[in-house]
Amino acid sequence: MMEHLPALMIAIPLFGAFTAPLFKKHYKEVSIWAIIITGITVVLSLLLAKEVVTGGIMVYVFGADKPTLVLPSGYSVPIRIMFEVDAMSAFMAISATLMSFIGAIYSYSHVERETGLEKYYALLMLLEVGILGMVLTGDLFNLFVFLEIAGIAGSALVGFRNYRGEASEAGIKYLIVSAVASLMVLFAVGILYGQYGNLNLAYIAKNVSFNMVDMVAFGLLFTSFAMKCGAVPMHYWVPDAYTEVPAGINPPLLVATYASLYALFRVSFTLFANVVIDLARVGWIMSILGVLTMFIGVTMALVQKDVKRLMSYHAISQTGYMLLGVGVGLTVLHDPSKLAEFGRDAMAGGVFHIINHIIYKSLLLMTAGALFYATGTRNLNEMGGLARKMPITTISFMIGAAAISGLPPFNGFASKLLIYETSYRLNPLLTVFAMVTSVLTLASFVKVFASAFLGPPLEKFENTREVPKPMIIAMVILAALCILFGLFPNLVLDKLVYPAVDALINSAQYHSWGGLA
Amino acid sequence: MNGSIFVNLPFIVVAVLLALGFYTIGFKRNLIKVVIGIEILEGAVNMFIVALGYVKGGYAPIYTQAPPEAAGKMVLPTPQALTLTSIVIGVAVTALMLAFAVNIYKHYGTLDVTKIRRLRG
Repeated sequence: MMEHLPALMIAIPLFGAFTAPLFKKHYKEVSIWAIIITGITVVLSLLLAKEVVTGGIMVYVFGADKPTLVLPSGYSVPIRIMFEVDAMSAFMAISATLMSFIGAIYSYSHVERETGLEKYYALLMLLEVGILGMVLTGDLFNLFVFLEIAGIAGSALVGFRNYRGEASEAGIKYLIVSAVASLMVLFAVGILYGQYGNLNLAYIAKNVSFNMVDMVAFGLLFTSFAMKCGAVPMHYWVPDAYTEVPAGINPPLLVATYASLYALFRVSFTLFANVVIDLARVGWIMSILGVLTMFIGVTMALVQKDVKRLMSYHAISQTGYMLLGVGVGLTVLHDPSKLAEFGRDAMAGGVFHIINHIIYKSLLLMTAGALFYATGTRNLNEMGGLARKMPITTISFMIGAAAISGLPPFNGFASKLLIYETSYRLNPLLTVFAMVTSVLTLASFVKVFASAFLGPPLEKFENTREVPKPMIIAMVILAALCILFGLFPNLVLDKLVYPAVDALINSAQYHSWGGLA
Repeated sequence: MNGSIFVNLPFIVVAVLLALGFYTIGFKRNLIKVVIGIEILEGAVNMFIVALGYVKGGYAPIYTQAPPEAAGKMVLPTPQALTLTSIVIGVAVTALMLAFAVNIYKHYGTLDVTKIRRLRG
């Protein structure tokens, strides 16, 4: 039973997605169905993580006599579609399932006034399938397919409110970016296939020689995934997409973005891990890209008036921290003493920041969605005095804002501290930028807090009430996680983050399919 | 000399198509033309993979009524399978993009990408 977990992770949400349209016009039922399905996947992903952390890499070969048979029927190279789950994949899978679950709960009330909800939930689960496939697969072409699934489902959801022209505008922007990025990924996959005659990540990684053509493939993969994860200078689609998407989809959409970041790490660490010379340079590129991303993101956020748009620019800025942390680790990957000294911790900071950021940014975007739900506007200048009317939203917002600014004892502090400490060892200038960004983040959230929640109660919001229970539950779960991860960072670090980082560093394990072949 | 040109001809076409696709996406103002540009890119990538899959002297992997000399010379049909998958995905992407374009035209009254700019800042 346990060995079938990787396949079930895809099969169950896929089943949910394709049965959801049968609930035509039964909106309550379909949302409960989505909550059940995503809830099951949360349990499965936790089981999967437990299996992987205790038992090592899990391999699932589709269509073989036994799922662990890497080379069935006497093949000398792996040809079948294969899932390969290491601790990093399991870590991302937990983020994906958890956030889809939270998004489904939140959506129960948030989109209840809209129509066509059976399609909405079908797309939500399809988006989850795409993300899970991307993070679990061990096959390059599979990666492309799931990247496209996530891209199509995600952009359809961005354009969900099709009575608004802006939603379609954001949707097509997202779709064009993801289509071009995925096509370039496919092109790179073609280049690699032409050279090595195989699509299996581990097999190619073992044989990669890093000649000129490989460099082109690597460049294409790096650029496409950086484009999809919203790094500067390809960040322009992020604010549009995050602003226009219904707030219940924001959590899975965030994870979809970071699934591309995961693919970027997978390509740099696993696929080209044996290439010793140039990896330090790639690490520097990643770190500098990270610093630029965080700084440009935050400066653009400062001037925003639309609350969701402001938070979306912060999402760009926070992606920079992850790139910086992991980039610092990549710079010293082939230098064992420095790696043990600070490289591993830097990567832990970057990876830990992924889940932390997913949690608090989802929380913040959901509070923004709650404000929109209650007041009907997203313009900060029109809001005011809402703290009295919506106490729980206010508290959730405060927790999220404190976490994103890196104030102790919330989770943002835990991962940012790791990044500060370690990037300082590589180059103090990187740390300075990271800290300035953090201060600016705090400044802009103080502005949001003051203009939306504080001030005298406005007459037009007299009848505004707190949002319905499902939305509150979703926000409270995330706020609790923010505090929990902030108070006990070691728990998460030891159980999830360090195994994930070690999985990235020890690529030899991945290359041998966990020692199976 | 002549042989090498013919062998590389598909790849030259791929390069031309890629350039054309990127040009269309980057410089055309009509949204439908941008969609067409993405289609051209997709065609280029598909053609690249199909061209890679050609093996001189190989046989199509169809076992029914295969000639005896085909034994041991059949090619692995992976590139063709990849291309088929990619075409199917491409259809979905195009359909969705055109649906967005229709919706945008309804709300904005134009398909000029320089005028479809309500989201900014």
